[in-house]
Parts: sequence; structure tokens; C-alpha cells
Amino acid sequence: MAASCVSCGAVVSQRLLLRPRVSLAPRQVLWRAAELQSVPGPQILRLKHVTVVTTKKNVKALRRETYTVDFIKKQIEEFNIGKRHLANMMGEDPETFTQEDIDRAIAYLFPSGLFEKRARPVMKHPEQIFPKQKATQWGEDGRPFHYLFYTGKQSYYSLMHDTYGKILDIEKHKNQLQAKGLFSEKDKTTDLIGSRWLIKEELEEMLVEKLSDQDYAQFVRLMERLLQGGAAGEFVQSFRRSVTVQSEKQPIEPVQHDAQGMAFSTSEGRRKSAKAEAVVYEHGNGRIKINGIDYLLYFPVLQDREQLMFPFHFLDRLGKHDVTCTVSGGGRSAQAGAIRLAMARALCSFVTEEEVEWMRQAGLLTSDPRVRERKKPGQEGARRKFTWKKR
Amino acid sequence: MLKGVTRLVSRVHKAKHEEKHEGQHYNLPLQDMKTIFPHGLPPRYAMQMKTFNEACLMVRKPALELLHYLKNTNFAHPAVRYVLYGEKGTGKTLSLCHIIHFCAKQDWLILHIPDAHLWVKDCRDLLQSSYNKQRFDQPLEASVWLKNFKTTNERFLNQIKIQEKYVWNKRESIEKGSSLGEVVEQGITRVRNATDAVGIVLKELKRQSSLGIFHLLVAVDGVNALWGRTTLKREDKSPIAAEELALIHNLRKMVKNDWNGGAIVMTLSQTGSLFKPRKAYLPQELLGKEGFDALDPFIPILVGNYNPKEFESCIQYYLENSWLQHEKAHTEEGKKELLFLSNGNPGQLERLCAYL
Repeated sequence: MAASCVSCGAVVSQRLLLRPRVSLAPRQVLWRAAELQSVPGPQILRLKHVTVVTTKKNVKALRRETYTVDFIKKQIEEFNIGKRHLANMMGEDPETFTQEDIDRAIAYLFPSGLFEKRARPVMKHPEQIFPKQKATQWGEDGRPFHYLFYTGKQSYYSLMHDTYGKILDIEKHKNQLQAKGLFSEKDKTTDLIGSRWLIKEELEEMLVEKLSDQDYAQFVRLMERLLQGGAAGEFVQSFRRSVTVQSEKQPIEPVQHDAQGMAFSTSEGRRKSAKAEAVVYEHGNGRIKINGIDYLLYFPVLQDREQLMFPFHFLDRLGKHDVTCTVSGGGRSAQAGAIRLAMARALCSFVTEEEVEWMRQAGLLTSDPRVRERKKPGQEGARRKFTWKKR
Repeated sequence: MLKGVTRLVSRVHKAKHEEKHEGQHYNLPLQDMKTIFPHGLPPRYAMQMKTFNEACLMVRKPALELLHYLKNTNFAHPAVRYVLYGEKGTGKTLSLCHIIHFCAKQDWLILHIPDAHLWVKDCRDLLQSSYNKQRFDQPLEASVWLKNFKTTNERFLNQIKIQEKYVWNKRESIEKGSSLGEVVEQGITRVRNATDAVGIVLKELKRQSSLGIFHLLVAVDGVNALWGRTTLKREDKSPIAAEELALIHNLRKMVKNDWNGGAIVMTLSQTGSLFKPRKAYLPQELLGKEGFDALDPFIPILVGNYNPKEFESCIQYYLENSWLQHEKAHTEEGKKELLFLSNGNPGQLERLCAYL
């Protein structure tokens, strides 16, 4: 009896699947069968997920796509075959065709003028494209595999449990050593410098589960406690990421020498739509010439001159360099900002690494990304709307 | 300002200025300032004078140079023309004031036109000149100037006698032999004839300075106004050229070097000038061809920004008067900052320090 009901239920759901976009009466729930392959015998309806269809006719139903393991495997095979085809097309060796080569090949074959990088055609390994999903959590009899399934966040809680187990183990070990008198204080902090804990998003990605902020905080506290107890091992390192030092990325201009033997260095700077090129001489009086005009005459406003003063004042080299610069475009503030950036970059070559790092942290070496925002249609300006009239 | 505090900046007696006093401030008695400078001080300097309750000028090289020339003038030769020029805010007007003060102490007759630009712009009433039909009178400006002239040169006015008879109108005239003071009075009381009074004063002084009774110093600030354009218009909205103004015409005659017994010191000024680009400061640019030819030959004197010693002295002066209240103002870095931001320009420095 039950079996026949189930089978007719399957038939009904099959029919429902065939007409997915029919406008339904308010608040109906669609049951979607998981596998409709021709399996002999009674099919068991496995509830994969529930989708809700809203009342509005034109809004598509929100579905979360599930990708089965077989589907993903098939995609990976197709990707590999496609990679070899692509390598053949480009005339390269299929064996040593890396992801960068693929990216370059795709960019060459499908040139796109879209500004959004994520909207351009891409060919990547299916692992990176399809979001990671959990395999079925329960077996044929409906019993879940994991012992913590009913907590809701099984991998998170199992991780916390394992970590706590490790803490207890370390403490027991420590007690044993102390009892024997072989305990020694070791330095544990060296391998932690230059790395940071996983951020919440990374942890979520690792566990394939949604976490709350409190969960994440608890996790970090537990990890810290583990570190206090004993040396950081492989286990803890898997939860840390290295922090790259930013200042290495700053290119430093070489110092050149001109005809009289004076050392100088040149660099450029941009701000809004002003472009500036500054030539900073190593020894000088503190004179600054812009487009051949003295800076006092070129910038009658105090604010602009303060901007020019900033790099020198920061490095305490106020009267020690001579500067000649050319600037074009933009307005007076933009020109001042562009010259300041150019001067700071040029000064990098006369200054120690540490001071370059200080300048970077002070924001002297970052080019200001703010540009004029576009005016949108239907509005008076970029943000300002037309006057709203009630009637 | 504490009276008991000893001054770090030494005060020098004005007559004994020499090169070694360069960069130091000297004090001008306030009473003198009222007599010699009823008009003619830059407005910001006048405010500073009022705040500090004393008038202090810095001795600088251009002024020293000029003083040296003036001390060695040969009064038999035609009057030499000196032109002070320089960027905006470098101290041309104050140097001129220094010269005027010196000459006043030496008992010269000072003919000081505070700003010639004031005569070529923003004039409310223009009358057609009674003397010459093509020219225009400016009664207000002329009467104001006559008042100030009287304050400056009281003692000379009774000594100088005019040598010609002038007829004001049908009923009034002034006889030969009467003092210049009467002409000035007439100009002040009868505003309609003020411009003509000015013209008479200038003519008489020019004629009589060659006689050697007194030395005449003609000091004109903003002399480039005499040969530039004006913003004044006739009733039919057609522009007036500079020559058509009686005051300007007479002044032009004054700065010609066809008289002797004195000197002419002039300043170029872009600040009040009309229709001239902001960055122009050279005589050629500001005077134009006409003006340059009219003033040629002259001795140009460049007034520049402060050199480090003068800058230091200026900061010390402000510190003494407790004008700079910022904690960092007396440190080395603070001074370097100020130097950078103002680039040694006296005007800019003064404006900067006003905020601190």
C-alpha cells in the first residue's frame, strides 16, 4: 500500500517537473524527485531540498542547484579533454599546459570588452567553478553517517571536539613530563610570525558550512588555547595563512646622474585627471619649480602648498632637495595631489627601506583611486536626484 | 608685549642704516606715522601696527641701496627715477614707506600718492574739467589726497609761494604770492575745484624745487596705473583712456625728469592693476610699451623674497611680540615648515603667521 502510494507520488512529481513554470496558486510547495532513473522496484522519495515559489509571476523560483559527485567527475573529465584540445589549437604541448596558459589562450580566442572581469569568458577547473557541496549525509536507511549530524553544523562541531581532544592530550602529556621531571619550557611563538588565522569566509569554505560570528570567535579562542598548551604542529598550521609583506611590491626608481654629476631621480604620479612628472635632485635648497614657475606663484592657495610639503616634512628633509616638475590636466587640487605622489615616489630612491615602508603606511605612495563618478540618466548628477514633487 | 623684556632684535637709529644692519628691525615713533603716513601704508601693515602698538620696519637691501643713492643725489642734475619692482608680496610698498620716512626725517617735501590705481578705477563722479574740456575731474579722490597732503607737509605749505595767478571761476581767484596752503584749502573746501588744485600744487612744486628751497620726493605707488587702461566710462559707456583724467595727466608730467632738486621713487604693483595677468611683475610687462618709454631711463631695483637671515629676523620679531602662539613655532622644524610654505615671501609669511 505504502509502496504504491509512493510510486504514484513519484509519477505526480515527474509530471510536475515537466511543467516547471506554470503559475501556481499562492504558496505551493514543489516536491522534486532526486533521481528519476529507471530503477526497478519502488523508488524512495528522498527529500533533497525544498524550493519555494513566490506569488509573482515573473520572478523565477530560487533554486539551489545540486551537483552530484558523478556530475562533477564528468565535468572534470570534460575539462581535461578540453584542455588538451585547447593546447592543440594553440600549438602547445598538451602535457605542460598550465592554468595561466589556458587563461591566456581564452583571452586571445574570446576577446571581451567587458569591464567586469568576472563576466568575461573563463575556463577553469570545475572545482573552482562549481561551489563545494556536501555529499549525501545519510545512508540507504536514512541514518546519517556522521555522529554529529543532528547538531546542524557537523564538521564545525567535530573540529571543535577534535581540537579540544588534542588540548586534553597535550595537558596529559605535560602532566606526565612534569611528574617525571623532564618538562622544559620551549619557545613556541617563532612559527607564528608572518601568518594569521583563517578568516571566517575561509573557514566556511573549508568546512562547507555556514558559520556565525560567535562560532568563529569560539574557534579562534580554542585554537589560541591549543597553542598555549603545546607546540604548533601540522594541525594548527593548516589553519594559518601567511601574511605577505606589502612593501616589497613597491618599485623603487633607480637613481640617475645628469651632466654635472648631480644625482636625481624621476617618477610620475596621477590624481583624478592630472598627470605629473617630478625630478627630485638629491642636494638642493628646497626650491620647487612647476612647469618653470615657482611653486609659490603656481599654487597661490595654502592647501596645495601643504600637500607639496607633506612628503618632505614626513621624512624631515624640508630644505634638502630641489624639485623640477611638469604637470598637466586636472584642477588645482588634482595637480597638487599628482605632484605629491610623484615626489614621494621619487624620494623612495634616496631613502632607506624602512622609511619607504613608513611612507607607504602614511599613504604617500598610494595613488588615490577616486575619480569623478558618472552622471546617471534620470538623475541630475551622480547622486543627486531631481526634486521630488509630491504632485 | 612685556615692556621689561630685553629685545633680542636690536633697534637701530634710522639715519645710520648701513649694510651691517640688514635684517634688523627698527622702530618708528607712532606720532611720526600719523603725520607722514595718513595714507599709503598697506592695510595689513596698518592692522599689524595697531595690534602691536608700534611700527617696526625691517631694514632690507633694496631699501638700503635706494637710501645710499638718495644720500648721494646731486640736486643740480635732473631728478633720477627709481622703480621698485618684484613679485607680489615681496615688500615694495613697505620699502617705499621706509624711503619716505627717511626723507621726511631729512626734511624733504614728500609728494606721496598712495596708490595710483585708486584713481583709475571705481570712481563715482566724474566731472568735465573746467580747465580743459577734454579732460575729466575726480573731485572726491582729489580732495581726499589734498587733505592727506596737508597733514604730511604742514610746515612747507606756508613757506612756498605760488608764482602765478590762478582763476578758479568767475568769482574766485588766487593771487600771485599767496602761499600754497591757501591753494590746498581752496581745493579741500571747494570740492569741485579739487582736481585743479592738485594740478596747481604739482606744477608749482615742480617749478620751485629747482630753486633749491626744499628737496622734493615724488613717491608713487602703483605707477603702472598711469599708463594702463581704466575701468571708468563716460555716460555713453565708452571707455576713458588714462590721459583723459586730469589727475593722471598731471601726475605723468610730474614723473617726467625735466626738473631737478629731488628724486622720484616709484613702485610697480600688480595687485591693484587692471587687466594685467597675475604673474606679471617685470617693468616691461606691467608698464607696457608706452609707460616704459615714458619712464625710460630709470633705475630698476628688484625687491625679492626674504633671504634666510631676514626670515629668521622676521620670525624672531613675531615671537617677541607673542604673535606666534603655536608651540612648534619656535622650534627648528616649525621654522622650516613656515619657510617652505611661504617660500620666504614676506606677504605670504605674514598671512600664514596670522593663523598661528
